[in-house]
Amino acid sequence: MDPTSFLEQIWIARWPLASGVGLTLIISFLSIIAGTILGVGVGMSLTYGARPLRWLVRGYTDFIRGTPVLVLVLASYYVLGTIGLQLKPFQAGVLALAVFCSSHVGEIVRGALQAIPKGQTEAAKAIGLTFAETFIYVLAPQALRQILPAWVNTAAEMVKASTLLSIIGIGELLLSTQEVIARTFMSLPFYFLAGALYFLINFGIESLGRLIERKISIQS
Amino acid sequence: MTTNLVEIRDLHKSFGKVEVLKGVNCDLAQSDVVCVIGSSGSGKTTMLRCINMLEDFEAGTITIDGEAIGYDVRDGKRRRKPEREIARQRALTGMAFQQFNLFPHLTAIENVTLGLVKVKRLGRDEATVIGERWLDRVGLSTRRNNYPGQLSGGQQQRVAIARAIAMNPKLMLFDEVTSALDPELVNEVLMVIKDLARDGMTMLIVTHEMRFAYEVANRVIFMNEGLIGEEGDPREMFIRPKTQRLAEFLKSSSFN
Repeated sequence: MDPTSFLEQIWIARWPLASGVGLTLIISFLSIIAGTILGVGVGMSLTYGARPLRWLVRGYTDFIRGTPVLVLVLASYYVLGTIGLQLKPFQAGVLALAVFCSSHVGEIVRGALQAIPKGQTEAAKAIGLTFAETFIYVLAPQALRQILPAWVNTAAEMVKASTLLSIIGIGELLLSTQEVIARTFMSLPFYFLAGALYFLINFGIESLGRLIERKISIQS
Repeated sequence: MTTNLVEIRDLHKSFGKVEVLKGVNCDLAQSDVVCVIGSSGSGKTTMLRCINMLEDFEAGTITIDGEAIGYDVRDGKRRRKPEREIARQRALTGMAFQQFNLFPHLTAIENVTLGLVKVKRLGRDEATVIGERWLDRVGLSTRRNNYPGQLSGGQQQRVAIARAIAMNPKLMLFDEVTSALDPELVNEVLMVIKDLARDGMTMLIVTHEMRFAYEVANRVIFMNEGLIGEEGDPREMFIRPKTQRLAEFLKSSSFN
């Protein structure tokens, strides 16, 4: 294959590819943010919730975690439609990913909170902090440090899972790459290019994660 | 009107089916230094933890400075006070723990000032002044910016004591504060407590350090199977125990 013709094809396809990258970034960002917010709620319910709430949320996370993401994506697009909630592909896709993300973040948060020794809560209570204050000033800062590495992993997983949205016609990076391939017949080079772009995105996320981890690590 | 700072009446506490406290009665006057001794499982620590509501209790009353702790009795019904009120009451006492329980993500000075800022609502500058004064008192002013992980066990425990006492509690509770320390670090912590005793701080100290109890306490409580087995002046009690149980306990402990 002629390398200059591949570069030429990249140049020709620059806008569709760029929009694919952009859409992948937007989808990942939105689902990670929404999934994290929801996931913190899930994790706190699992840790501190009353028994009925705990069981309900436990059922939710186990169900979601036991379901393939692809099925979640299809369900959120097609099944919700049958009950009168027809989402746009983009909305359905982000919803599916956010729900998936929330179940994982929920487990991470629960694990981190439960790993904090009981003595921390007792010491906080002993100086007169309320539960909310204890959570904000004592538990959350410690849990955060525990959560971060696993959370970065989940964020990277979400970027990868966003490829599944191509199945409901969202022109994220994978689908836009496939469209370019359909036109140029240069499948291998463009798949490699897409792979490299995904790698760059996740490498960026992980570097950022490591940077934050270093910044907030506790000295000892 | 009460003359005692702390009054414990008929305190009952169970963990499931196991009754740990079976009706404890105990008074502390202002500036009393009372050491609680007894074998493990006798209820010493549980009694301490009831006083600041780290444990709920099923029956009996605890009052500090005339204020009923943890529960209200209205129309003959006993109700747990609201959480916010209990949090406020917990600040009437300070507590030091066996495992120190310093906040690992905060420096020594931040550990000491957290309660001052968030509970007492002092300004950060004012809190820092108080915090530094107490770190200085426990001999750790040079370590103010160190994290707990950078301090020895004895130093951590001294910071933990400073954290509790900076809140200006009416009563200090010490729960086996030297049990987790290497032998050579025990003394520096005991010195701090003795120093507080000289200040007139009212203290209830659960300890296995018999020599220390003998030296610092103006009264010793021997707990046995959820009740106070014997209490009195250590100089009297340790030399001439009245009960067989205490005699056996003293014989098996390090005091001689």
